[in-house]
Amino acid sequence: MTDHTAAAHDDHHDEPPARFVDRWLFTTNHKDIGTLYLIFSLTMFFTGGLMALVIRAELFQPGLQFVDPQFFNSMTTMHALLMVFGAVMPAFVGLANWLIPMMIGAPDMALPRMNNWSFWILPFAFSMLLLTLLMPGGAPAGGWTLYPPLVLQTGDAFPFMVFAVHLMGASSIMGSINVIVTIMNMRAPGMTLMRMPLFCWAWLITAYLLIAVMPVLAGAVTMLLTDKYFGTSFFNAAGGGDPVLFQHVFWFFGHPEVYIMILPAFGVVSQIIPTFSRKPLFGYTSMVYATASIAFLSFIVWAHHMFTTGMPIAGQLFFMLSTMLIAIPTAVKIFNWLATMWRGELTFETPMLFSIAFVLLFTIGGFSGLMLAIAPADYQYHDTYFVVAHFHYVLVPGAIFSLMAATYYWLPKWTGRMYNEKLGKLHFWLSLIGVNVLFFPQHFLGLAGMPRRIPDYPTQFADFNMISSIGAFMFGFSQLLFVLVIWNCVRGGRKATDQVWDGAKGLEWTLPSPAPYHSFNEPPVIK
Amino acid sequence: MFSRIWMPLLAAVVAGMAGLADPQAAQAAWDLDMPVGKTVLADEIMSLHHLILIICTVVCIGVFAFAFYTMFVCRRSRGAKAAQFSHSTTAEIIWTVIPTLILVAMAVPSARTIINLEDTSGADMSIKVTGYQWKWSYDYLNEDKFFYSTMDRASNAASQRGSGIDPATVEHYLRNVDNPMVVPVNKKIRLLMTSNDVIHSWWVPELYIKKDANPGFVNEAWFEATETGVYRGQCTELCGRGHGFMPVVVVVVTEPEYQDWLAGRLAWNQVEQQLMATSISNETGDTTLAALQDK
Repeated sequence: MTDHTAAAHDDHHDEPPARFVDRWLFTTNHKDIGTLYLIFSLTMFFTGGLMALVIRAELFQPGLQFVDPQFFNSMTTMHALLMVFGAVMPAFVGLANWLIPMMIGAPDMALPRMNNWSFWILPFAFSMLLLTLLMPGGAPAGGWTLYPPLVLQTGDAFPFMVFAVHLMGASSIMGSINVIVTIMNMRAPGMTLMRMPLFCWAWLITAYLLIAVMPVLAGAVTMLLTDKYFGTSFFNAAGGGDPVLFQHVFWFFGHPEVYIMILPAFGVVSQIIPTFSRKPLFGYTSMVYATASIAFLSFIVWAHHMFTTGMPIAGQLFFMLSTMLIAIPTAVKIFNWLATMWRGELTFETPMLFSIAFVLLFTIGGFSGLMLAIAPADYQYHDTYFVVAHFHYVLVPGAIFSLMAATYYWLPKWTGRMYNEKLGKLHFWLSLIGVNVLFFPQHFLGLAGMPRRIPDYPTQFADFNMISSIGAFMFGFSQLLFVLVIWNCVRGGRKATDQVWDGAKGLEWTLPSPAPYHSFNEPPVIK
Repeated sequence: MFSRIWMPLLAAVVAGMAGLADPQAAQAAWDLDMPVGKTVLADEIMSLHHLILIICTVVCIGVFAFAFYTMFVCRRSRGAKAAQFSHSTTAEIIWTVIPTLILVAMAVPSARTIINLEDTSGADMSIKVTGYQWKWSYDYLNEDKFFYSTMDRASNAASQRGSGIDPATVEHYLRNVDNPMVVPVNKKIRLLMTSNDVIHSWWVPELYIKKDANPGFVNEAWFEATETGVYRGQCTELCGRGHGFMPVVVVVVTEPEYQDWLAGRLAWNQVEQQLMATSISNETGDTTLAALQDK
């Protein structure tokens, strides 16, 4: 595209299209697509959250009160699939869409039509997945890890689930191609890679991870499909296959996948903490290298999810040691964030509160992860509530808190108005207390011997489960406040200034609030 | 602030580790730590667990303390002015090297324990454990002993939806079986794990042993119990609708009692009745079958 045609194109489209369908269904605008992604992921967050509340309601006390065990298993499975693929990942893609062009001084994403497509695949994928709840045999109930042979016992839902996973993968791959092409080609003159905001770096690395591993997941579920319908025996010992092979392939996808959900969160927090510390990010270069090291290590640690499957000693030693290595770059990141705050001029607006909670609670999740890496001890922790507590600590006060921080931080730029700070803080404190009451006792349950994914439990686990369920309902209902704050901010509120936060640095803050429909038609000058 | 929630919880973890929580109360509702193990390797694994838990807790408290101190001292409302430094190579080298050293300190004992854990040589006897949806079977190799082990009727009745039975009234709810595995104390037992359908996982927390049972493959594991008693666990790999309802129960008895049981001189229903009637014996620690029969 030459400069001439780009300018001519924009001349006609300074305002969004008037018709609803033209604006939202056919949109190629990175801001509108970002908004669509964010609204979609919020919808999935609540749908998946409702399923979590079904789980916690059933586990409120021993005995089966509400649901059949099979439906309970469907809930755990669907909750995970929705939260991972429907809430966290699309939310980060939405942020990437909104922010990357504004941060690097580009007019839009590099591939706008593919951008539209990668979003509009998602509602179809998730409608299909959710409709399996109504099918004979019920929704998938074999866990989000889809281990055969159990997953092959799924009823009519099975091929729909496989197809839905394929679509989600295609959407993610297209989204990440767009991010890579945009960052590599559309940076404003003077915006060198090492001058990019850390959020862009985190997303660039994440996008490579996605392109590397989503096809692996697609391959794994395709092998499941042919095993079930076309007589192959990839995972069937009777035909010469091996069920554990699936676990290797799945976790070769699955471990990078967990970093796909956390690296953009690192990026978000690395933007917010310097702003409210009024200080540059400490150790920018080492942050970039740490992120890249974590991404690299994520490819060589997968079997730490599988210590109990019967691995040779050499395998256990290798995966234990490689996993422990991840603690080093992660520690560097935590220390850098703290050093950014040290001797700063701190204020505690809602985005900063969520970011600090992220750093501290992610530390807890990181440490329980380190404990899980120690193979002999993992024999005890594996598949218990200790693991549930661990990954929820990195995903909820980790990834989800960073998403909330990001929403509060950039919402004034998106809407042109300030959100209600009091309600935002109330949302933070209720979420913080709720999430800890919800997940901290689960460490104790796991250590005491409660397996995960059980609909009912021995009575000695009753007390901590009840506390955990109370926390779950508290956390769940607090999120309605989040919607209220966003709704109020979209509808009205105090006008936001262009810079919004007095410590904010970066190109996006040089644009007016709300950001115009088309920004940086002329590349900005970068000093 | 965070500390109000965190400090008591962290303190509780440390207290639990330090053994202030009653180690005998394996069934207690407020346990904060792993149950004390009853095998030759259990102490080794548990001390490894405590080593990493203590290191993690100490570092975690350090990080939290530094963060709260910073938040208190360097806030605008106290008139703090921002410094503008953005890197310090010395600091970065220090906080890369120190975690590396700590990790090495963790890795060495861990590696040793893995090697012990996987050494199934020199076993006194072997039992083939097979998982099914949703029960276990135990096949005593070289003995004429094979049986299925299914969740007991009382648990089954109470666990039905809307049963109206309070699980608290059921002895060892969801952790009791009709036919437990019986093994002699102080003998190295090798387990050969496999499955007849989907993947299961055999776990007894107090025996510090967990291994997946994969269909079509055989996994090995071993334990040597150091105390007689009844040890209870559950399936730990999602295996379908009945995943929560396939308990593992291991009864560790003295060698003569084991021989009696093997020869059929001690019948199942006796054992079962005694187990049901005297489950409190688990807490008192006196669980030899002889002791049960005396009562």
